[in-house]
Amino acid sequence: MGTRNYRRKTSHSENGPGDGGRTGSWRVERPVLDQSLCIPCKRNKEACFICWLFCPEIVISRTIPPKVDLEYCKGCGICAEECPTKAITMVDEAKFSEEDTEKKKKKD
Amino acid sequence: MHIIENGNVAAALGVKLCRANVIAAYPITPQTPLTERLSEYVELGQMKAEYIPVESEHSALAVCIAASSAGARTFTATSANGLLYMHEQVQWASGARLPIVMCVVNRAVGAPWNVWNDQQDSISQRDTGWIQIYCSDHQQIIDSVIKAFWLAEKVSIPIMVCYDGYILSHTYMPFDLPEQEKVDAFLPPFKPDYALSPDEPANLNTVTLPDVRTDVKGELAHGYMEIRYLLQEELRTTLTAAAEAEKRFAGIFGRSGDPYIEPYRCDDADYVAVGLGSITYQLRVCVDLLRKEGIKVGIMGVRFYRPFPDAAIANALKGKKGVIVFEKALSYGYEGALASDLKSALYEHLAGAGTLPFVQNFILGIGGREIRTDDLTQALRAATKSRVSKEPAWIGLKL
Amino acid sequence: MQAKTNILSLPTQEFVHPGTRACTGCGLAIAYRVGLKALGKDTMLVVPPSCLTVLQGLFPVASTKLPCLNVTFASTAAAATGILATLKTQGKEHITVAAWAGDGGTSDIGLQALSGAAERGDNFIYFCYDNEGYMNTGVQRSGTTPIGAITANTPFKGKLQQKKDVPAIMAAHNLSYVATCSAAYPLDLYDKIKNCVNLPGTKYIHIHIPCPPGWGYDPRYGIKIGRLAVETGYYDLYEIINGEFKLTAASEKLVEKRKLVPVIEYFRAQSRFRILTDMQIADIQNQIDKKWAGYYKKDE
Repeated sequence: MGTRNYRRKTSHSENGPGDGGRTGSWRVERPVLDQSLCIPCKRNKEACFICWLFCPEIVISRTIPPKVDLEYCKGCGICAEECPTKAITMVDEAKFSEEDTEKKKKKD
Repeated sequence: MHIIENGNVAAALGVKLCRANVIAAYPITPQTPLTERLSEYVELGQMKAEYIPVESEHSALAVCIAASSAGARTFTATSANGLLYMHEQVQWASGARLPIVMCVVNRAVGAPWNVWNDQQDSISQRDTGWIQIYCSDHQQIIDSVIKAFWLAEKVSIPIMVCYDGYILSHTYMPFDLPEQEKVDAFLPPFKPDYALSPDEPANLNTVTLPDVRTDVKGELAHGYMEIRYLLQEELRTTLTAAAEAEKRFAGIFGRSGDPYIEPYRCDDADYVAVGLGSITYQLRVCVDLLRKEGIKVGIMGVRFYRPFPDAAIANALKGKKGVIVFEKALSYGYEGALASDLKSALYEHLAGAGTLPFVQNFILGIGGREIRTDDLTQALRAATKSRVSKEPAWIGLKL
Repeated sequence: MQAKTNILSLPTQEFVHPGTRACTGCGLAIAYRVGLKALGKDTMLVVPPSCLTVLQGLFPVASTKLPCLNVTFASTAAAATGILATLKTQGKEHITVAAWAGDGGTSDIGLQALSGAAERGDNFIYFCYDNEGYMNTGVQRSGTTPIGAITANTPFKGKLQQKKDVPAIMAAHNLSYVATCSAAYPLDLYDKIKNCVNLPGTKYIHIHIPCPPGWGYDPRYGIKIGRLAVETGYYDLYEIINGEFKLTAASEKLVEKRKLVPVIEYFRAQSRFRILTDMQIADIQNQIDKKWAGYYKKDE
């Protein structure tokens, strides 16, 4: 009751994702992983994870394989640049929206 | 128990009795003895508090804002340019709805430099959303500090307790020192609605948009305008809480008065002198003299300046022929702030219901210019004959 | 001293949500994320107006999971003092207080309060994240903007004055701990926080933060540029513990290597340095070489 009362009359924010909205919409290119080059994938054990460490948006999971949350990935390309084996490439977002449009056309 | 002490010590004793536990202060004349005394209490172990000698007034209030946000009962004090330096934080404290208590030992503002008493410092802060109380003697100082902590915590709005520099801060008067047990009964420990902590994390006072927005639970949260509206609305309802504070205080300490105004020989008066602070007591000498001359004059001391007790003031002045407002400050470019507010209250409540009293504004005591009782009496007498001027008239000017 | 952390031993718990309003490729986002891992759950944050204010979210959504007080621009360190005071009265001194301010909020408007708190020995960690300008308000120059940098208010001639050395100013306060870090070396930042969190008084950590819009580079090169700043010997990673200076991490390695990358590579990678002439760059290279000659000598 107390906190709710205070919250009515002040700028009191609780935490959650997506304060900036669906920041995935900012992207012009998205990271694509080639698992055959990815060190943890090849070894099938925890290793490297440099992409996870340097992601400013915390959208790369520390998993085998690492996965990108496209809802929020802004497409900065740091993961691609820092990957020691160049397993990640940045691919034009337009290509994916073209594919999505094609898929939709096929459905209709 | 009655003691004889100066006004600054009266304030310090009030803070000690209220068990404030975070005090931050920067020295400025004539506030210094207040905070020095508090540092003595803390170092001697008579107060269990963190005393922080900050490096500026801006930081003093910053420390209080942060400490209060985390759940401490906080206090600071300042004067004049110190208060002006804090101004950004003054606005912040009220917007953040923090129950900070601050004593303002009224002093003239620069430029040019002047360390003596007038009220320009606190008057210039009247729009900030703080509650403002003015004291006329040492009993009022210590009692107002005690009431202030209770009131601030009740309504979550910070309070300035103002008293005249040197005239009250440095002079000695007898007053009753309330007992600790009674103060503890009046003022329980601070239990905020919310205290910042890792147990219940939140992000406080970040950028707040012009419009409303959904929160993480999917509910629509108030926007900036609503937050500001609630400050205004709850400032207005503070008038009711102030009356409650007065009643509670009377119940425990056995003394009380009107929460908003302090009338003296007003009931049958045709003319009422109005003022803030110690001048209202000096005026009593003049009023008693004029009464002997057959002039029916009284005094209304304004104790609550913000929120402005417009209804109470207008009511008390109903049917009077003239109101003479003596002020140690003004809203430059127009007139005395109290005179303006008072006129608007009269207009709001009494217009159309008969003749409004005239309002004569006198400006005096600026920069500590001596207020000679003879000059006061003369001015008051003249004003009761007829309105002296439309523009504020300055008493004691030596052009 | 903390054993060196590697990626696999870095705690996986996150204290920031994705989807913030930070720019694409924001260097602060990287440093802040790892910094909070080092600070942990029992931390209270103080943040003045800055990029971090925006990254942390607009009301009523917070992207930070830790309790945070937003304060006025000049008062960061004083607010940290205030929170500390309350924690003392509550007997909760196990909670870490951490201030995170930008370079403007530290070297310019916030310096007075920071100096006051440091002099009083108030027990919190002060992080200055230095993206070398008032980036949040549109890339205006600050005290820590380096000489020659084009900014919104040094638009043609570039900044004419040197970068203000804030770590040196803080070291002059006889602090138990002063350190320089970089977003390009997040594990080093993690270790330095762990090194100092239990030391007495005010601790100061200065973090170099590459900023894509402010510095003028494709966001993907942020870490590379941050590393170049260190590998050219332009920005050094060091600790000053109780007055004793020590180069650390990648900077320490450079003393062994005795080979610095030419600083022109750092400048040409960012469009904000486009008006630096070859002569000016040679001058700066000279100053760097002199500084490092001193380091090499100390090492001998």
